[in-house]
Amino acid sequence: MKKALTRQQYLDLYYFMRLNRAVEDTMVKLFRQNKIVGGLYSSLGQEAVSVGTAYALEKKDWLAPMIRNIGALLVKGVPPRDVFMQHMAKYDSPTKGKDGTSHFGDLENLHIVSPISMLGDLIPVMTGVAIAGRYLGQKIVAMTWIGDGGSSTGVFHEGMNFAAVQKAPFVLVLENNQWAYSTPVKRQVPLENLADRAKAYGIPSYVVDGNDVVAVYTTAKEAVDRARNGEGPILIEVKTFRRLGHAQHDPAEYVPKEMRAYWEARDPIALYENFLTAERLLDANNKKQFDEKIEKLLSAERDFAENSPLPPAEFAAQGVYCTGDDCHKVAPKWERPIAEVTPPKSSVPAVWTVKGFGSGKASGGGSAPIHFGDTEKREEKSKDTEVPEAVAETIKAPAQPRPVKSKSAKATPKKSAKPAVVSGKSSARKARR
Amino acid sequence: MTTARKANGSQAEVGTQVTFLEAIRQAMYEEMERDPAVVLIGEDIGVYGGAFKTSEGLLERFGWERVIDTPISESAIVGAACGMSYLGLRPIAEMQFIDFIVCAFNQITNFVAKGHYLWNAPAPIVIRGPSGGGVHGGPFHSANPEMYFVHTPGLKVIYPSTPYDAKGLLKAAVRDNNPVLFFEHKFLYRRIKEELPAEDYTVPIGKAVVRREGKHLTIISYAAMMHTSLEAAAELEKEGIDAEVIDLRTLLPLDEETILESLRKTNKCLVVHEDTKTGGIAGEIAAILCERAFGDLDGPLMRVTALDTPVPYAPSLEEYFLPNKEKVLHAARTLAKY
Repeated sequence: MKKALTRQQYLDLYYFMRLNRAVEDTMVKLFRQNKIVGGLYSSLGQEAVSVGTAYALEKKDWLAPMIRNIGALLVKGVPPRDVFMQHMAKYDSPTKGKDGTSHFGDLENLHIVSPISMLGDLIPVMTGVAIAGRYLGQKIVAMTWIGDGGSSTGVFHEGMNFAAVQKAPFVLVLENNQWAYSTPVKRQVPLENLADRAKAYGIPSYVVDGNDVVAVYTTAKEAVDRARNGEGPILIEVKTFRRLGHAQHDPAEYVPKEMRAYWEARDPIALYENFLTAERLLDANNKKQFDEKIEKLLSAERDFAENSPLPPAEFAAQGVYCTGDDCHKVAPKWERPIAEVTPPKSSVPAVWTVKGFGSGKASGGGSAPIHFGDTEKREEKSKDTEVPEAVAETIKAPAQPRPVKSKSAKATPKKSAKPAVVSGKSSARKARR
Repeated sequence: MTTARKANGSQAEVGTQVTFLEAIRQAMYEEMERDPAVVLIGEDIGVYGGAFKTSEGLLERFGWERVIDTPISESAIVGAACGMSYLGLRPIAEMQFIDFIVCAFNQITNFVAKGHYLWNAPAPIVIRGPSGGGVHGGPFHSANPEMYFVHTPGLKVIYPSTPYDAKGLLKAAVRDNNPVLFFEHKFLYRRIKEELPAEDYTVPIGKAVVRREGKHLTIISYAAMMHTSLEAAAELEKEGIDAEVIDLRTLLPLDEETILESLRKTNKCLVVHEDTKTGGIAGEIAAILCERAFGDLDGPLMRVTALDTPVPYAPSLEEYFLPNKEKVLHAARTLAKY
């Protein structure tokens, strides 16, 4: 670790890593007391990843966490009580008990998009966030995380490729914790560095030690700055290790003991404390202050969470649809002149220009041929496709060429364009009034 | 409005007949004129104007930032549209053929559809595209996949049958705060024309319409089969059977009241849809009638649908596969005898 940050930044990183671990320690206790409704997923030993990357974002930026990124949520401003209540399915939780874990978001204030359990879906979603931010002139960056396992999904590829083509201001943190549930990374991806996936998209990438929070932060900051400056998406592979099982139920005995011991000796918080102590940024006294501050905060947050009720049963039937403006006002925040994206300023020659070859022609207009069913021609053809009698006889209601023409059209082929709807037109008109 | 149509590269002007295809283009054009939050995203929609030319002229007018040509990545199209909507945009995502919507199935059913219920995040996006058979597009360019999505709480599903409705419902979909799937039957694209109002209008989502009043039996249909049903009703009239025809227009939410009101009048119900039989909307309507109007039924609910097979390619096979007027007549005559 080298010294390049302000004292406050160093101590912020420390605080959030400590808070991240303490929040999860508290949840382990709650889990053992049967107060957590579903599964509990741990980021023990991965705190430097969540904290170091999210700390590189500005307030206006957007993030979407994965299951092991509680630390990123805390950095973005989520109070610990929300995390507790999510896990305990409480009515005061962000999803009011409708979903658990880190599956919640905040579009209005914190700019957090909720993850779902299907891995990779967030990549195109956050690409869309990034493109929309650029369109509105907001100069934001969108960030999300994916595991070594999740990087093998199809939608990972679709999303990264699209982000790259669009040069979207998007940072993907590929959190390589070496285990996808019970399967080691070598059986997931035949690459030494997962960052090499970036080559397929022609985008820059970094490989960074995920247990060195300063390295994670400085790398993420550089990536976020580059993305914000229009360099397009950037992939950061963060090498770390999942110290516990996939979730609380999983003792992870499939992981070699020696491997676990190796990484336990490289605990990101312990490493960082050594660094801060050596740099005289932390001593026994202010360490104690951090302990007390976190303990006091979490005790209050936990009390609040435990006292929140479960949602009333009938709440299950509510909220499938947005009921309109009184439910949600959907309105973009423009930070560029709207005139730039509306005619006449938005108008462009609709042609492809190929480097070294000039431009193609514009499309042929509204009456150009279309893919399948250019109807005039097809109708002529369909005359020759009467169902063979043998086939027609085998069915109760004999198949016929699809009726499209009125009888008069049959008699006078010139009018064959006359639509089927004509027959029902007067009633159609009446009905709509 | 007039300028809209002219700049659109179309021949249509006020007072002229407008195709189904043109109605959809007008809806997108006018919504983009009205609201700079409306953007288009899809494959080959910009310079080329879309495989069916529904976005013809829109890139030229609204520029590269608002008409976004994408790689062949349906999940990325839907996902990105969703992300864009979180910042207040109203993207219209095109599936080049609606068959390909299943490539984005997870993104739609798990991510987009559940957002409002789970974490209070509305996703005002429209996913639209050409659907349906009868043009010999084969098993991967003719699908009617609407019921996969009707089974997904959080989505709205629209399947119009006339240019007037297509335009009005698409505009309503763009202005709706929920994810809306908008199916456009490609058989209708250039086959039917209608004169459209010059002024801005919308058609309410979730409202069926009685296309033809009758008293002996009710035929419920939508999209291309609505026209087949109307043709059959005209034929039945000559035989002394007076059929009422209901156009569902929206499949989710389903307008149960219009269906029940008609059934209470005619006491007999026939559902005609181009979708395959098992799990089609006809089964759902049958269940609703049994639950809510069992005592009013004077006959079995009957179904005329496509066969439970993939859509075959050869014209002889596809025509056998699809419902048609003769099949509707056969079922209606049987039902009328009860």
